[in-house]
Amino acid sequence: MKRGLLIGMTLLWALSAVAVVDTWDFSSDALRTRYLEFTQILRCPKCQNQNLADSNAPIAEDLRKELYRLLEEGKTDADIIEFMVARYGDYVLYDPPLEKRTWVLWLTPAALLLVGLAVLVILVRTRASDASPADRGSNALSTTERQRLDALLNTDNTQE
Amino acid sequence: MKRWGLYVPLVIFVAVAVLLWRGLSLDPNYMPSALENKPLPAFKLVTLDGNEVSQVDMTGDIAIVNVWATWCPSCHVEHAYLNELATRGVIIFGVNYKDDLPKARQWLAQRGDPYRFNIADEEGLFGLDLGVTGAPETYLIDANGVVRLRYQGPLSERVWQQEFAPRIAKLNGAAG
Repeated sequence: MKRGLLIGMTLLWALSAVAVVDTWDFSSDALRTRYLEFTQILRCPKCQNQNLADSNAPIAEDLRKELYRLLEEGKTDADIIEFMVARYGDYVLYDPPLEKRTWVLWLTPAALLLVGLAVLVILVRTRASDASPADRGSNALSTTERQRLDALLNTDNTQE
Repeated sequence: MKRWGLYVPLVIFVAVAVLLWRGLSLDPNYMPSALENKPLPAFKLVTLDGNEVSQVDMTGDIAIVNVWATWCPSCHVEHAYLNELATRGVIIFGVNYKDDLPKARQWLAQRGDPYRFNIADEEGLFGLDLGVTGAPETYLIDANGVVRLRYQGPLSERVWQQEFAPRIAKLNGAAG
């Protein structure tokens, strides 16, 4: 009995937690899904790294309200993105478009990956050639060097 | 040839150090306005005095548009400076953003009214069109109503001299 009550209260608590973000009365589930998607991919203009769904800044609330209105008006995804970008710029997009200004942003990871691969290839090659010095004439020991080495090794052996 | 490779870590270190050093002086809250170098959005709204105004009423001269509210702490600090700017002849339009209108009228009656007029933006919808993220914010518009600068935060003499005065001088130079 007590446990049942506890579970029931926990569930009620969870329901109220969900309702804080999502109080809109959508005319269809498809709109609700799109609303949730948009609040994930749009960045709150006031906050440094929160999307509209996460932020409780007043401006994020207003934008969620606008988003709801636009969706209910039957606006397309492109219309809504345009609405947001016209007011708040590419800043609101977590996926900014690829253009001259954002080349660095988009291409740096790829460039760094290439640099990393190049370093890796160089390292592996160097290791491979170090492992087999006989393949490279310059690294191989000359006859006199080999004799000296043998002599040294032999000395060590006798001392042991 | 092999020795040269020893400097690679140093070069990388210096590059990263310069990058991070530069990052220290950048404001992560700075957000370029999408409206910069674009005309003010068209509107037809009612002022705090009950008159209907449109974007045409804001154009014709270089002016600033100040977004404020009585609930905004920085606006309290800023207001005295706005009064001073008005006495210097700066044209100031106000956007009373998401505010209680009677409180806003009372504020202006008590503290002085530096504004030509104040748009009553109770719902914050005009603020949304401007790309406002909070109050106070101030926009510099040229004679054609094109936004030249958006400043987030309270105005002060230092901000005015640094951000606004040079741009106004440039606009005046271009016009004359």
